[in-house]
Amino acid sequence: MSRGSRGWLARAVAWAGLGLGVLAGCSASAARAASGDRPSPAPAAAASAPASVNGDRQIIHALSRLTYGPRPGDLQRVRAIGLSAWIERQLRPGTIEDAATERTLAELTTLRMPIAELLREYPRPDPKLRAQIASGEMSRQEMMERYPMEKRPVRIAAELQAAKVVRAVTSERQLEEVMVEFWFNHFNVFAGKGDVRWYVSAYEREAIRPYAMGRFSDLVRATAHHPAMLFYLDNWLSAKPDFRVPVGPNRGRKAGLNENYARELMELHTLGVDGGYTQKDVTEVARAFTGWTIDRPQTDGHFIFRPVMHDTGEKIVLGHRIPAGGGRDDGERVIELLTRHPATARFVATKLVRRFVLDTPPPALVASVAGSYMTTGGDIPAMLRTIFESPEFSSEDAYRAKIKKPFEFVASAVRALGGSTDAQGGMALARVSAEIGEPLYQAQPPTGYADRGEVWVNAGALLARMNFALALASGRYPHVSVELPALVAGADPSSPAAVLDRLLVAIVADQAGPETRAVLTAQLKEPQITRLSPDDRGPANTDVAKLAALVIGSPEFQRR
Amino acid sequence: MITRRTLLKAGGCTLVAYAGAPRFLLRTARAAEASGKVLVAVFQRGAVDGLSMVMPHGDSAYAGARPSIGLKPPKRGESERAPDLDGFFAFHPALAPLVPLWESRALAVVHACGSPDTTRSHFDAQDYMESGTPGVKSTTDGWLARAVGVRPATSTPFRAVAIGPALPRTLQGDAGAISMQSLDRFDVRAGADGGARQGFESLYEQGVRDLLHGTGRETFDAVKMLKSATASRIAPANGAEYPRVPLGEALRQIAQLIKANVGLEVAFADMQGWDTHVGQGAERGQLALRLRDFGVALAAFARDLGDKMSDVVVLTMSEFGRTVAENGNRGTDHGHATAMLVLGGGVRGGRVYGRWPGLGRQQLFEGRDLAVTTDFRTLFSEVATRHLGVPAAPIFPGFRSTQPPLNILS
Repeated sequence: MSRGSRGWLARAVAWAGLGLGVLAGCSASAARAASGDRPSPAPAAAASAPASVNGDRQIIHALSRLTYGPRPGDLQRVRAIGLSAWIERQLRPGTIEDAATERTLAELTTLRMPIAELLREYPRPDPKLRAQIASGEMSRQEMMERYPMEKRPVRIAAELQAAKVVRAVTSERQLEEVMVEFWFNHFNVFAGKGDVRWYVSAYEREAIRPYAMGRFSDLVRATAHHPAMLFYLDNWLSAKPDFRVPVGPNRGRKAGLNENYARELMELHTLGVDGGYTQKDVTEVARAFTGWTIDRPQTDGHFIFRPVMHDTGEKIVLGHRIPAGGGRDDGERVIELLTRHPATARFVATKLVRRFVLDTPPPALVASVAGSYMTTGGDIPAMLRTIFESPEFSSEDAYRAKIKKPFEFVASAVRALGGSTDAQGGMALARVSAEIGEPLYQAQPPTGYADRGEVWVNAGALLARMNFALALASGRYPHVSVELPALVAGADPSSPAAVLDRLLVAIVADQAGPETRAVLTAQLKEPQITRLSPDDRGPANTDVAKLAALVIGSPEFQRR
Repeated sequence: MITRRTLLKAGGCTLVAYAGAPRFLLRTARAAEASGKVLVAVFQRGAVDGLSMVMPHGDSAYAGARPSIGLKPPKRGESERAPDLDGFFAFHPALAPLVPLWESRALAVVHACGSPDTTRSHFDAQDYMESGTPGVKSTTDGWLARAVGVRPATSTPFRAVAIGPALPRTLQGDAGAISMQSLDRFDVRAGADGGARQGFESLYEQGVRDLLHGTGRETFDAVKMLKSATASRIAPANGAEYPRVPLGEALRQIAQLIKANVGLEVAFADMQGWDTHVGQGAERGQLALRLRDFGVALAAFARDLGDKMSDVVVLTMSEFGRTVAENGNRGTDHGHATAMLVLGGGVRGGRVYGRWPGLGRQQLFEGRDLAVTTDFRTLFSEVATRHLGVPAAPIFPGFRSTQPPLNILS
């Protein structure tokens, strides 16, 4: 018997013991739950290294962390090429053919448009028009004709949301998609804030995606220069004290220092809130970035350095002197300082480990990932490799320990049912993600969305997950197809038990807990499920859709 | 992270009590025995500019610090101007809907209120205000959850409710709090088939005692109780009109839960968009629009509840205030103290509480921000002890107020 399967069995037995503890008296079991320790899988393994998952379970684990969830057949495919080879391939997305995804995305034309074209094609609503609507002078219908939905700037974010869903569901470059989401969230901008509406798709395309599997400092540099970030965190308006706008419609208007970007750059993008900077550092960094602004934000929207706005004086950042007269280079110097700082390595490592391993990152692993950052100059694949090869990643403690975020849940459900979606379906699924609590590209605060289970587990969200499971499995999204017949192919439809077995293998890799299995087996006695006699829905056979929905809505499937 | 919430859901004590009977029926009966007092916390996320919300027109340094975003002082007979409160402070003109509540002494202000911790990070400051432990990051639960947790046990699933997509930090813990976006959609929509709800319920009834299962069990209890109470069909009373913004929707539904007698003790709602770094505006503009929605929503809530408001206290809060001087972009950057509102039954309203530290350069915190003279815990603990009747010590561990009580509640 392998170590892994022994661990699994021991764990099941230990859980059963926990159940008895509940009946006998609550203090012992409560204390164990409070400590956060899972029952140790096997005495021998617990003594030294944490017990690790092996074989197919290791593949399933990797699939559940490096992708948006296994599809039918993924386990076999990875088994065939070998887990390490598959991970290595995912770390080099450029080598993976992904033409089918690109074809699906073709109809989302805004994805490829430069900002200038977006500003032209999706103009902001005419103020006169808005006044006419507000006064009731123009009817809703007239307005829709004059200013149709598909010509409004909201279209840009809607297409980006659809693209995110399509890529998560169908792309072969799964790890890259996971990392694009991760970095976007790390360098969050809110698609609903002002001109970010027109900049947001370019932001992901130009500042995030090209570097998602590259070097961390390139991400900082690209986001710092991008109009979306310059606008979102207000740096485009930040100027030396008592600056007066020399030309243009705002001529004569006073402007001055704005420290919003400077603070979040250190707190959220690089050093972390405990990274050892002071309010004085915030002000100095803000001074360094004065003049980093947006050229013609409403017609063109690209980065420009305006020397007239720049504070030319000397700056002292984290004890380092940036001499007077550095101009545009001041900001570049700050980025260099911050991205070489050990606090940044630690902060980035902590977030990566939280994403891929556990909500509470094991300190030893954080230290070794931070070490990879420092030795490789922030090479992202190197840090990821350190994580994937670590005993912590493959430990029993990490196995199915993460609760899926709403978007991860939605994408993984479609994938588990062998599903696919077109762009329209992508928009529908993006709305589902919002209903479950995660509207895409709509995180208003610069922290982005949290990556801890307790944030996402709550009553309303859980019901929304179940409702989505029912709607998806019964084919209620017209542009999303699921392949239930293929999942249960070969199983006798008049034998609900055989159908259930197939579904559990396909959807939760046969890893349902004994209680879940018992509940689902009991459901097989329900006439609603078995339909062993014909009814108004057609000839008798097992209601596969409802069984599949129960599995998708089960506690097991909420985890990855 | 293992929170006390996880612990309670994981621990088995409650299971024994739950065994057998149709719990929600039992719970309805028990809920009626509770005191009926409700605390509603409203979080203004992003750091509201307290100096605009409740402007200190009597402070001679105010106008000079804010040449383009400062409010004009009150002037009798000019309704566009900020309504005067006491000769020194005035509401922002957009808060005019709250003036009748001020005049009827149902509404009080605490100014220069905030955290003893000096962070200007939104995230950390919100975290500290929600956990109730400034400077301590390891606190796993929120102060509102602890306030519920120390009250005598009742068995309704609706003791603590947040309206919104996620359970806020302040309700994480062993209060068994639930969150929902909408009462209407709070059910399994099984269509004509039926049966699915029972199936899901069984899936979460059985199995390991963890966060997911615990939440699942509470969810289905709540679904059943809400169905029997038909709360979502209760219309606003007394002609109350809520603004169509998330805070309006949240308060409308909190009022429904109160009127449906489901045993609510604490409720939480939040409102975003207070981080006005650029183009904050003065009498009109970005901040004015936010404050308008905020004030209309609170006023509608009070009107809707009518006499029932005597059992309800609304407490507003924000993680910190904003710089006294406007910044280079006609906005304000992250500051320190702000203003908080207390509205409802037992409130000694019509007064601005707290010592005013002044806006003179020498009086400012770190030379730039309004200083904190009332620790938010002084206010919060007074509201918790006097309104909910809970002891302060377990709710704000390690806190001993060094200032005299505000006596904001009778």
